[in-house]
Amino acid sequence: MKLVRDTWLIFCRQMLLVVRTPIRLVIGFAQPIAYLILFAPLLKSALAPLGATTYADAYRIYVPGLLVILLMLGSFFAGFSLLAELREGVIERARVTPVSRFALLFGRALSEVVTLLGQAVVITLVAIPLGLRVSIGPLLLAYVLLVLIGLVGATVSYAVALSVKNPAALGPLINVVQQPLSLLSGVLLPLALAPAWLVTVAKVNPFYWATNGTRDLFDGNIGGSGVWQGFSLMAVLFALTTWWAITRFNHQLR
Amino acid sequence: MIETRGLKKSFPAGKSGTVEAVRGVDLNVAEGVIFGFLGPNGAGKTTTLRILTTLIDPDAGEATIAGVDVFRDPGGVRKVCGYVAQGGGTSGQVSAREELVLQARLYGSGKAEARERTDAVIEAFELTEFADRQCRTYSGGQRRRVDIALGVIHRPKVLFLDEPTVGLDPQSRARLWDEVRRLRDEERMTVFLTTHYLDEADALCDRVSIIDHGEIVAEGTPLELKRDIAGDVVTLGVNGSAAAAADLLGGSSFVRRLETSKKGLLLYVDDASVAIPQILRVLDGSGIVFDGMELNRPTLDDVFLTKTGRLIRES
Ligand SMILES: Nc1ncnc2c1ncn2[C@@H]1O[C@H](COP(=O)(O)OP(=O)(O)O)[C@@H](O)[C@H]1O
Ligand SMILES: [Mg+2]
Repeated sequence: MKLVRDTWLIFCRQMLLVVRTPIRLVIGFAQPIAYLILFAPLLKSALAPLGATTYADAYRIYVPGLLVILLMLGSFFAGFSLLAELREGVIERARVTPVSRFALLFGRALSEVVTLLGQAVVITLVAIPLGLRVSIGPLLLAYVLLVLIGLVGATVSYAVALSVKNPAALGPLINVVQQPLSLLSGVLLPLALAPAWLVTVAKVNPFYWATNGTRDLFDGNIGGSGVWQGFSLMAVLFALTTWWAITRFNHQLR
Repeated sequence: MIETRGLKKSFPAGKSGTVEAVRGVDLNVAEGVIFGFLGPNGAGKTTTLRILTTLIDPDAGEATIAGVDVFRDPGGVRKVCGYVAQGGGTSGQVSAREELVLQARLYGSGKAEARERTDAVIEAFELTEFADRQCRTYSGGQRRRVDIALGVIHRPKVLFLDEPTVGLDPQSRARLWDEVRRLRDEERMTVFLTTHYLDEADALCDRVSIIDHGEIVAEGTPLELKRDIAGDVVTLGVNGSAAAAADLLGGSSFVRRLETSKKGLLLYVDDASVAIPQILRVLDGSGIVFDGMELNRPTLDDVFLTKTGRLIRES
């Protein structure tokens, strides 16, 4: 109970900071919408080999990928705000209170992910007049999967940030990790277009499975094997990365 | 109120080296006092404070605060302690009121109680004028008062302040001293503050421990510390009759040591308030005229110098 309450407190506080930094929100929404609109003319022809004959087909393949990349990449940057808050002393101020240590990290991760999910919802709404068709049940489930993806990304980012402690070192490190992960997740285009060896390599990338799951859900295919595979992989991964981040966080005790 | 035995902490530094930041600190702080932890930069003050507030674990040692074991029951200690870090800890984009309500809630208060406590400290620390502005717009002194208000929002028994007046102008500094005294006198709080300012330790603190290189080198009230070292120095302006005066006073039991300088006759005594009437009695009727008497009390800098061989501002 205390854990839920503490997480909620931290979450609300972080959301207040998000609202007070409107520039971050504006950029966060403008960028993916620009992608959505700029790529539209390319999409239909590029995805034709996959049987995409209409814009609706193209968007059904493209939008889930875009959302996965939004949640994954966006949450990878969570570590920067954590380092900034460590420097400000805000986190130390919280650590001398009896607040749950887990809540200090998890409440923060949640606020990052909810902000990104807000952007995902806007993108979905913008894509509908462009031809995207999706039913509400699977869509909501897809959002849950996206939240899990974001939580994994944020906790990894926290763990790495707390290990290197230096924002200048964090940027390049995130890039090194993020590029192969996003290229090999079939995020922007499905790997069905890729040569067989690349698909084999991609299969060790958990985000590849999460992307497949999200696509299945956008197809309305709740029973699809991609769905349970994506969910279970992300859940296991989330448990591991949270444990890692908490360990690094408590390491400051030494 | 605060007791520690043999606190030790070292940090890894460079390749295979370590810094022994705190090397066996014993403290005994009574309830309701302003306790000063005086030492130069790098002496281990912040490290000791972070150990006592459960922010870091020591390598060795024991500590209890208000009867609670710091290392066995960190949760219990967090409830009875407030801590204000040297750099403070507010976010620029939120207001003092929002920070105070959050802090009260982090300590477990419900919404209504948190708001009540916030109103109370805003009034007590006179923050009303700016409490609803974003913290980034505050002056240094205003921010410091907010930091301290955050540290006492849950009515702790013990308040830890790390270098509370660094970077403040003299006016804000005096005001902050008054706030600290008010916390002791009205809220019955025990205040444990670190400082590297001698005048601050001297003027504000009831008791002082001097720390250098992670070890306590002296402990006592500022007065005791200074008296232990040198006692007081009484300078008599005795024109030409210094030798005669020296003869008269030399044998007195209250004069520890005696020196002539061009300012006059220097008498080293334990306590000037006792010695001066006796000096006057001895000189009275001796025919020696003196044209002035000056009293010099040793400073805490003299204490630090005697204990460590250095002046505090040189370290
Ligand atoms: N996290 C840390 N890692 C390595 N060395 C540290 C750390 N914290 C403090 N030190 C070192 O320990 C010593 C004592 O530091 P500190 O307690 O901050 O001193 P003070 O507060 O008295 O200025 C210094 O030599 C400092 O460099
Ligand atoms: Mg310090």
